[in-house]
Amino acid sequence: MIRLDYEIIADIIEPGAKVLDLGCGDGELLSLLKMKKNCRATGIEIAAEQIFKCIERGVSVAQGNIDSDLDVYEDKRFDYVILNESLQQVVNIEKVLNAALRVGKKVVVGIPNFCHFRARLQIFFLGKVPVTKSLPYKWYNTPNLRFLSLDDFREFCSEKNISIEKACYLAAGKKVSVLPDLFADSGLFVLHHA
Amino acid sequence: MIYVTPQQITFTDQLLLKSGAALSPVTVVYETYGKLNADKSNAILILHAFTGDAHAAFYHEGASKPGWWDDMIGPGKAFDTDKYFMICSNVLGSCKGTTGPSSIDLKTQKPFALHFPLITIQDMVALQKKLIDHLGIRKLLSVAGGSMGGMQAITWAVMYPDMVHSSIVIAACHGHTAQQIAFHEVGRQAVMADPDWQGGDYFGKALPGRGLAVARMIGHITYMSWISMEQKFGRKLQDKEKLGYDFSKDFEVESYLQYRGQSFVERFDANSYIYLTKAMDYFDLSEGKKLSEVFKGVTADLLVISFTSDWLYPSSQSQAMVRALKANDVDVSYLEIKTDYGHDAFLVEFDDQTRMISNYLTKVVRERVSRI
Repeated sequence: MIRLDYEIIADIIEPGAKVLDLGCGDGELLSLLKMKKNCRATGIEIAAEQIFKCIERGVSVAQGNIDSDLDVYEDKRFDYVILNESLQQVVNIEKVLNAALRVGKKVVVGIPNFCHFRARLQIFFLGKVPVTKSLPYKWYNTPNLRFLSLDDFREFCSEKNISIEKACYLAAGKKVSVLPDLFADSGLFVLHHA
Repeated sequence: MIYVTPQQITFTDQLLLKSGAALSPVTVVYETYGKLNADKSNAILILHAFTGDAHAAFYHEGASKPGWWDDMIGPGKAFDTDKYFMICSNVLGSCKGTTGPSSIDLKTQKPFALHFPLITIQDMVALQKKLIDHLGIRKLLSVAGGSMGGMQAITWAVMYPDMVHSSIVIAACHGHTAQQIAFHEVGRQAVMADPDWQGGDYFGKALPGRGLAVARMIGHITYMSWISMEQKFGRKLQDKEKLGYDFSKDFEVESYLQYRGQSFVERFDANSYIYLTKAMDYFDLSEGKKLSEVFKGVTADLLVISFTSDWLYPSSQSQAMVRALKANDVDVSYLEIKTDYGHDAFLVEFDDQTRMISNYLTKVVRERVSRI
């Protein structure tokens, strides 16, 4: 079973595109893009264990930091830069996103929705920082540095003059079309500089 | 136990060196492991480090120890000899069979010593290319090596892009830094300060063993890490219950270094020591240009590996190579392996290297060879 977000990203990206995945994890998405879409795909990942897995899958990956490693690339070197479930772990969001928009013609961003209705209910009724299936961490062990809602992200893009070409909202392996800000676990956005 | 017999070939045409000098004839000693396939597409050249030799794997007849990278090369290992045809040759300038300063100069019928021309990493690679041509191999599946071997591996990708599908560069650099040159210079000065050095012309006489041993001791310190030395020796005493308050050996680390220095004298030639260290010191792929310019012609797929505790060839140097390769759209993978073993890790950390290299080679075969 392919993860729905991977499937949607693979559908968005044109065959043969040049793709850079920032925070590519175990390389599953890159491998899918290589096999299904014949993409020239490469990744940056910080965790050594994930690098081994990428190489096992036959994906090129360089250990590095997405905060600082994009400087080497020329403008618009990639057709797509992917930041799927990695942006919320970045210190300097604006710098990374700008760098991604510089080296990529388009940027695909996937973010978790911290303001899912279950999270809202937990805050309101339990008075606790929410722990949900898609956000399973406690406040003291979360790898996430940024806590944002889908609306926060759209607002950020509009303030920073970043065009959202396409948006897609997901929950429990399905697309969400009704009130995504409440019911979606995550959102996928295709961006480019306005 | 699998046995291997060294082979050799002598090239009588001139080998033009980077310095402008020329050398002929040149003999190369090499070993092979595994079988070359019908279309000669499964050959991998292993490049040894500074004091290594062509005996990378398997056993010589009657020997109790296998080759220096036997944990990495063999059936089912990282460099799987059931799949790949492995070649390892001794480098130009060494004293392990390939022509070097201790070889006989045909003009004088005496060892070259300091009459041997200065050589470079590029010259070593140029000679290896002659060997690969001689074996009838058009394009190597991979070239791979650690330390000085890694310098050769990256140089192969730059000098002969049409001859390598991939290059595995381990614990290496694209050029020697002041600190790296400095350690080598101390080693050379130790060798040349030995009264038995005699301008390099010690053949048939007493060897400059004390100087060479000191040089090797310094080298050994740079190959280990602070933590590996602490773990291995700490302040443990050697054959003593308490401090001696004299200058005999007190500490285990002193004894170890002296032992390693002494045993090195028995297996390595002092002239080769100074020639090979100089070759590494001359190594600088960028030569004043931007590294990304130098890598413009690279078409090979690259795997770069460094080690966290390697302070002699620190990860920052590998990362600089990776960045410059990326700037040229080269397919490059990079991993910094976590280890306490320092620079020596490429001869010790087999599990992580095996996991990376065996899978990486599978990827290279799938992407580069099956398409041809």
